[in-house]
Amino acid sequence: MAEAPGKRTHWDFNWRSANGFKGGTMAFFLETLLGGLMAGMLYSLVALGFVLIFKASGVFNFAQGAMVLFAALAMARFAEWAPAWFGFESKFLANLIAFALAAALMFVLAWLIERLVLRHLVNQEAATLLMATLGITYFIDGLGQTIFGSDIYRIDVGMPKDPAFVLESVFEGGVLVNLEDVYAACLAALLVALLSLFFQKTVTGRALRAVADDHQAAQSIGIPLNGIWVVVWCVAGIVALVAGIIWGSKLGVQFSLTTVALRALPVIILGGLTSVPGAIIGGLIIGVGEKLSEVYLGPYIGGGIEIWFAYALALVFLLFRPQGLFGEKIIDRV
Amino acid sequence: MIYQENGQLKISYRADQQIFPILQDRWAVLAILALAFAGIPMLADEYLFRAILIPFLILSLAAIGVNILVGYCGQISMGSGAFMAVGAYMAYNAYVRIDAMPLIGALLVGGASATLVGMFFGIPSLRVKGLYLAVATLAAQFFCDWAFLRIGWFTNNSSSGSVSVSNLDVLGWTVSSPLEKYLFCLSFVVVFALIAKNLVRSAIGREWMAIRDMDVAATVIGIRPMYAKLSAFAVSSFIVGVAGALWGFVHLGAWEPSAFSIDRSFQLLFMVIIGGMGSIMGSFFGAAFIVVLPIVLSQLVPALGALVGLSISTAAVSHIEAMVFGALIVWFLIVEPHGLAKLWSTGKQKLRVWPFPH
Repeated sequence: MAEAPGKRTHWDFNWRSANGFKGGTMAFFLETLLGGLMAGMLYSLVALGFVLIFKASGVFNFAQGAMVLFAALAMARFAEWAPAWFGFESKFLANLIAFALAAALMFVLAWLIERLVLRHLVNQEAATLLMATLGITYFIDGLGQTIFGSDIYRIDVGMPKDPAFVLESVFEGGVLVNLEDVYAACLAALLVALLSLFFQKTVTGRALRAVADDHQAAQSIGIPLNGIWVVVWCVAGIVALVAGIIWGSKLGVQFSLTTVALRALPVIILGGLTSVPGAIIGGLIIGVGEKLSEVYLGPYIGGGIEIWFAYALALVFLLFRPQGLFGEKIIDRV
Repeated sequence: MIYQENGQLKISYRADQQIFPILQDRWAVLAILALAFAGIPMLADEYLFRAILIPFLILSLAAIGVNILVGYCGQISMGSGAFMAVGAYMAYNAYVRIDAMPLIGALLVGGASATLVGMFFGIPSLRVKGLYLAVATLAAQFFCDWAFLRIGWFTNNSSSGSVSVSNLDVLGWTVSSPLEKYLFCLSFVVVFALIAKNLVRSAIGREWMAIRDMDVAATVIGIRPMYAKLSAFAVSSFIVGVAGALWGFVHLGAWEPSAFSIDRSFQLLFMVIIGGMGSIMGSFFGAAFIVVLPIVLSQLVPALGALVGLSISTAAVSHIEAMVFGALIVWFLIVEPHGLAKLWSTGKQKLRVWPFPH
């Protein structure tokens, strides 16, 4: 990474070794590991959106990255505009209103996508559905930037920016942890917990699981498929909004935010396309793998390997379990 | 009545098995070839060659390659851009490093290298299927992006991976003007389209289609999945690699890895799906659609804006273009999920029975 100091990201701890870090290799390893786990939690947040939609409708939603950008743009811009619209100063209130408005926008988007696209593409081939979501990606990217502008915007929801040192009694100099990442990871964990409660305990959640299990059986007992799809896309929209807020406040809201979707893809094939816990575990494995490879392997074969390393790692797992770690077993029948 | 094949009796196996069994088709193909080789050079101007015809031809070639893999063998690949990059960069290396390397030789070296890389990244297809494989092929894309940016050998140690080629020379014929470039690409496309068309109707093509339709059943009737899948990856990436080399050498002249980014892969996949999966003809339709649409949009959007009295900034124009492009793709998939080739065959059927309803 030494040749590109400007590209240093928040969770890149490599610079400390270049800056005379003396904490010892064990502490450094722990730092990298923790950084990887945090980053992995954020990947799983994006991956979650993919998994939800794929489970319920069999659509591999490439537009998830675009939805993250769209939601983040809406959040950032509404938070900017809300004080002027309603005439108040409070930042907390502005963020709250922006969140509500952005969530409402994601609902509308979900409804429109179901109404205008998915409903007409039932029972099409997987490749066709995939390309349709790619078309949606272009549309949402263009729409978001037409409405909200295409500069770099900030989201400030009061996440702490300072690094913290823990375990100072064990290692000299302690282990550096980014507080922002810890908050983000906690938020992600909370969201996952809420989602599992929603899926397990509510009537809608049960209907969602039924649809995910078997479309036709669910329909035959009177579960409205179209309604369920709207709900799923809404939930995925909210997940995208949370992911957008967290990623946006870390990296700034800009077009490159859509690439987090490409980062999340190895996570879902590693965890299994149909498994929510798989998205979490997959995210953690990919996050840790990326960081460790970048730090320990990067110097030997050149920097910037993390993006393809994640895919290679996922592929290695897939060779042993072709359906991902937690995916449903693929049974071929003639 | 117009497109009537009644009375065209085949009296030998040879006649029955020929590539275009219907007389009208043979005349149509000859007419298209005559138009492409003689008519268009007389009619088109330099802009048309540069902006539309040459990209269209090269991308059709790439789309044929992708169609063999995705449309005929059913292995969704999102790494085609990477195979184009391999073709372009290895052709460059062959052309620059080896003395007296003929141009066509360099292009074929590019294709051969892409074949090897494609087969390597095709190995997971023996174990991983469907969407999992689609995502796994992205590994090829990101790895190649990284390799051509970071490994100096591929780019002759140029910074940022940008390379350029000049003096395209084929057996004493210098390919320099747009017209010559067009004819050069056209010859490649015709040859490869003919090869591809013959391959997909041969034994190996039927193996690919059997694997696509249901691989377990295909295995049961004695088709070796490894041989069929890897040969599809090999043939596909060879054609895509040659197309990539042409794209770099003839269309761009100077290029860097971002010319073959993931967007290129998606673009090729769009061509295949919109043109029609499992149709050589469809690849041409799809390429034409995807090449022409953005150009039309970039002309149309500001014009429409001016019509209603709005001056739209360039950034907004590009965003609106993206929106319209995405919406059109979705609309198209809804209206005709089987692609333009399906429309074509429906049209042929209509002509066949016209003026009767059945």
